[in-house]
Amino acid sequence: MTTVLDTRAPGRSAKVPPPSGSRRSKLSQLNWAGGLAGWLWLLIVVIPIYWIVITSFKAQADYYGTNPLAPPASPTLENYRFVLENHFVRYFFNSVIVTLGSIIPAVAVSFMAAYAIVRGSAVSRFLRTANAIFLLGLAIPLQAVIIPVYLIIIKLEMYDTLGAIILPSIAFAIPLSVLVLSNFIRDVPKELFESMRMDGATEWGTLWRLALPLTRPALVTVTIYQGLQVWNGFLLPLILTQSPEQRTLPLALASFQGQYSVNIPAVLASVVLTTLPILTLYIIGRRQLLSGLTAGFGK
Amino acid sequence: MTIAPPVVRTAPSTASRGGGSGSVSWMAWPALVAFTIFGILPLFGVLALSFTSWNGISPELSLTGLDSWKTVLSDPGLPHAIWVTFLIMALSWLAQTPLSILLGVFIAAHKRYRTVLAVLFFIPLLLSQAAIAITYKMLLDPNFGLGASLGVEFLQQDWLGDSTLAVGVVIFVVSWQWIPFHSLIYQGGIRQIPASMYEAAEIDGAGRIRQFFSITLPQLKYTIITSSTLMVVGSLTFFDLIWVLTAGGPGDATRALAVDMYVTGFRSNLMGPASAIAVILVLVGLGLALLLRRLGGRDASQSQLEGA
Repeated sequence: MTTVLDTRAPGRSAKVPPPSGSRRSKLSQLNWAGGLAGWLWLLIVVIPIYWIVITSFKAQADYYGTNPLAPPASPTLENYRFVLENHFVRYFFNSVIVTLGSIIPAVAVSFMAAYAIVRGSAVSRFLRTANAIFLLGLAIPLQAVIIPVYLIIIKLEMYDTLGAIILPSIAFAIPLSVLVLSNFIRDVPKELFESMRMDGATEWGTLWRLALPLTRPALVTVTIYQGLQVWNGFLLPLILTQSPEQRTLPLALASFQGQYSVNIPAVLASVVLTTLPILTLYIIGRRQLLSGLTAGFGK
Repeated sequence: MTIAPPVVRTAPSTASRGGGSGSVSWMAWPALVAFTIFGILPLFGVLALSFTSWNGISPELSLTGLDSWKTVLSDPGLPHAIWVTFLIMALSWLAQTPLSILLGVFIAAHKRYRTVLAVLFFIPLLLSQAAIAITYKMLLDPNFGLGASLGVEFLQQDWLGDSTLAVGVVIFVVSWQWIPFHSLIYQGGIRQIPASMYEAAEIDGAGRIRQFFSITLPQLKYTIITSSTLMVVGSLTFFDLIWVLTAGGPGDATRALAVDMYVTGFRSNLMGPASAIAVILVLVGLGLALLLRRLGGRDASQSQLEGA
């Protein structure tokens, strides 16, 4: 189990054993249909992304006359300046506050719950029930319960605050986090728990000194995955806030687009700007992110 | 992204017995309380609210019995929304599944360049649905979009202004974002198929295509069920994308259940009927998840884990 971010083996799942020699040749021999699909899909994915990036550097006046797929003749940062002048720095920090404010507590309480469920389910009926509730929670879509959530936020007098987005975000990050983390804690050899107990460690101490270091990769994975969900979240900010000061990036994008829909380069610059932090993360921690995306099933 | 894994792995209890387990129970409380308030309570809340009348703004909330249900069930908008939901569900399944399997086979091979391609494939998964919807809205704009400036006739249609085309665009954009995710699932499934099966097939003289249909596809049965369940249940909750892309339009061509609920509740301020629609959404989702689970047979969750 590695604790460093390994970026040298991109996209390759750590849990898959290396294939045998004959298997390797089998899979590598070009399957023409798969190959065709692969290259075609590359075009389908890359062309829109390429178009977003180059257009965001074009002056609005240049945009209409020129070939849309040609790189800008005279690149300009004007669009980015315009976007930043439209309070995107503020929206960016709102998104940072909401994401960190949701994910840190969510992962912390999920980790504690996962630890308790693994350690205590055998003897505690309460913990088995708790586990069943979290599993049920996986099947509850946020959309379906948004109206009562809205009512609760109003009753708490939190409507139109960042806290209104944070509280439900924490709650909805819990079920999957508990499931994934408990699967990982379960992999910690029982003997290690036993020897901690013999040494007189409390459960709390065991959680910190044994479970935490051994499941750190899983914690990173879950944190990144849930962070992405909250960062990209649209429904909660849309319903639980109204004033422009409380907007997070996805909502700000949508209203910016509504306001300046004719200024395509500026709107695309806003798309690039809001995506940049995630892309940076992707480059740094690609493997954690990808394994995080399928964590609920692969593990 | 909403993730509702169908095959819930029932946890075999491996905790060591006797070690004062009562002392760990408190650690589950914070998560349980947080999730109960904003997850479980609202689930009952939405059912309760469907028997009330509330405009979402005033503090008054009055019991009106079955009024909301009568309104919703007699509204021709409901069957239409259900039809649109299932249409998008079926078409996006049809569009995504074959391509995801093909791409899964493609990226499962341990080849350097394919790994690099896979890295690019996954970028759409990282973008917010709002950002993707905005991009395609601009890209497909009949006057200023890609088609107009390239002068390609085919691309110059009023993509989001025509009912049929708008549904097609939604399906395409959904596929654009989600196919990489599903091919990642298939990649994992394919890599678990024992190489010996292919070797045996080779000896028996089976060609590559025959091998794909006789070995790869049958072996992927449970992966297909997992992926399909995620697609089907996930498609019920498409909201961000549709809302930003078409807002349910043109007319009500893309007004799926989740959009219908939002518009009814938060635009028309009819929280009672909107809650009833939300209850229908939950029931449809649960029904589909159970149906697909049954389709997979009882031991789906076990086979899923073979060799994992």
